[in-house]
Amino acid sequence: MLTAIAVIAGLAAAFGVVLGFAAVRFRVEEDPVVDQIDAILPQTQCAQCGYPGCRPYAEAIANGEADINQCPPGGEAGIRALAELLDREPKPLSEEHGVEKPKMLAIIDEETCIGCTLCIQACPVDAIVGAAKQMHTVIDDECTGCELCVAPCPVDCIDMVPVKTTLQNWKWPEPEKFYAPGSPLAEEERDPEHDTRVNPTREAGHG
Amino acid sequence: MAEMRSRDGVQLHRFPGGLLLDDHKAMATQRPVEKAPLPKELVIPLQQHIGEPAMPIVEVGEHVLGGQPIAEAQGHISALVHATSSGTVKEITERLIPHPSGLTAPCVVIETDGKDEFVSPEPLDGWQQAEPAAIHQHVRNAGIVGLGGAAFPTDIKLTADEFLQIDRLILNGAECEPYICCDDMLMRERAEEVISGALVMLRALATERCQLAIEDNKPEAEQALRDAIKQADAADHIELVIVPSVYPEGGEKQLIQVLTGKEVPSDGLPIDIGIVCHNVGTAAAVHRAVVNGTPLVSRFVAVTGGGVREPRVLDSRIGTPFATLIESAGGALDSAVRLLMGGPMMGFAIRDDSVPVIKATNCILLATDDEIRPAKEPMPCIRCGECAQVCPASLLPQQLYWHTRAREMDKVEDYDIFDCIECGCCDVVCPSHIPLASHFRFAKTEIWGKEAERARADIARQRYEARQERIEKEKREQEERRQRKKKMLDNLDREKSKKDEIKAAMERAKQKKREKQEGKD
Repeated sequence: MLTAIAVIAGLAAAFGVVLGFAAVRFRVEEDPVVDQIDAILPQTQCAQCGYPGCRPYAEAIANGEADINQCPPGGEAGIRALAELLDREPKPLSEEHGVEKPKMLAIIDEETCIGCTLCIQACPVDAIVGAAKQMHTVIDDECTGCELCVAPCPVDCIDMVPVKTTLQNWKWPEPEKFYAPGSPLAEEERDPEHDTRVNPTREAGHG
Repeated sequence: MAEMRSRDGVQLHRFPGGLLLDDHKAMATQRPVEKAPLPKELVIPLQQHIGEPAMPIVEVGEHVLGGQPIAEAQGHISALVHATSSGTVKEITERLIPHPSGLTAPCVVIETDGKDEFVSPEPLDGWQQAEPAAIHQHVRNAGIVGLGGAAFPTDIKLTADEFLQIDRLILNGAECEPYICCDDMLMRERAEEVISGALVMLRALATERCQLAIEDNKPEAEQALRDAIKQADAADHIELVIVPSVYPEGGEKQLIQVLTGKEVPSDGLPIDIGIVCHNVGTAAAVHRAVVNGTPLVSRFVAVTGGGVREPRVLDSRIGTPFATLIESAGGALDSAVRLLMGGPMMGFAIRDDSVPVIKATNCILLATDDEIRPAKEPMPCIRCGECAQVCPASLLPQQLYWHTRAREMDKVEDYDIFDCIECGCCDVVCPSHIPLASHFRFAKTEIWGKEAERARADIARQRYEARQERIEKEKREQEERRQRKKKMLDNLDREKSKKDEIKAAMERAKQKKREKQEGKD
């Protein structure tokens, strides 16, 4: 009896030491919720949510100060992802913070630019290059389309243009959507151009 | 997996699924291959391959010769582009290209001078003894890409690696898709080029064994290849394998499975199981580059379908408008209702016949109403499982479809959408007429788009954080400067007061002295 207790106690102590060591040595740094929220946000840094960037907004959501529907660039998909992460009900985008728009890109009219550097200071991701009294220009690949550079420009030479579709970013359209008969959407028009297939199997069977 | 033997007793295997289709090839193989006429204007896109677009190296107004490079490869996965006849560079501009999007893309437009002068050829003499790297470079300089349709730069798949033993080279002459017959005609008329190209490829890959697979519906090509192998005395290295015709056997992974019984790993490449697979047209292009010294400036294109008066295969310069080729094939019939590039299963609709032939153009198909699958309203999926039966990649198309419809892209990826080769077998058998392959194409580009967006967001986050840090640092430095200045001023004050003290002490000392003196006096 005594030996049994001693053995069990000894084992318990030994495992306790091993587990205690493992808990310290192999500790997994849990991804803090702020990082997870930040990873979902589109990183436009546009401040439309009322916070000075995506990270501050993520912090505000984590603290319970801000709601999950204040990010127009993230749109419905972003709200859905946040709702899933935080186990909340998705809700429509808050109107006071803006509307979901297609992705835009800032373009500086280089003829008009006077080189005041105000837009450079406004850009949250350093996507504008130029120097005082020199022409400025936007690095397309870095621009998030936040529009923060538009307002400070004293000569109104910055335009927001939709991102161009190229061979690199083109996407196949969703084939004519199928809705259950009776759905009001079932009436949607069918694009005959999508039907590119030729019938090769008039006389063929399975392989 | 079922096993079988070819007529020569070669052990063959089966890939899952697939369909027996009417091949419709004979209509364009009755006429000999002809050279397509030289058009007045050649439109040569800068991106005809998978990877980075090429960068133009000619200027508007410059005179160019056929075979002269007009655009350089950008980066590792890219390909050179050559002028395909002599003439003047008229424009470097956006033009319509054959692409499912119907988009324009940068092209070099050459106004031909009709002389069709070419640069002098630069063959790699003594290639039989050449280093694999020299052949590799030669192939890259010739701008060769996979001519089976994918247009992946060939040089990348033609690299011998000391750490990777290549078991065998597989030359793909299966050409399983209905209507397409450019490889068939190439093997009939230029079998010796295919065989010679295979030998060059073996040298480049530092391996000994090549299997050349063709489907059993090409007896003429088979005979021509047998003769060519005999003539080249290459029977020790090149084995001709006749495989039964099943669509989509010409898929790289499917053909490898038929020949070896091995599956290419899901996220892997054929090289991972020691195999390199090239198209027969690519082999002929490699022969021309290395043995003849001419870059890739033309290819065989099948102009076929019920809507063409004289369907045939044409030897076409890259950059020739589709319209010119259709004209050379007797013109379009009134019954033609749809123009496609590629075959009926994997091709895509072209809305304008001014688009040019590119390196990936294997077939121009003018279909009549009879040949088009009647458009039927898609009905709900009834979970019959027919699609899974015919899928050559052993996927579950109905699951992929459900998750695509629900926008659950992570699940779509879990069901291995990227193993889908978009062969369209599931489309054909679906009793509910759901355009499954189109849904999968949509899902793939959607996932890529999301990934690209993520990557951009990550860069934006980094730049935002870097900027925040810089602003913080600037603030800190400003604060430090302020502190330093304040300290300096304080020090100055303190020094001043010290001086004052000393002065005062000196004053006092003087005072005392004076008092003492006055006392003495």
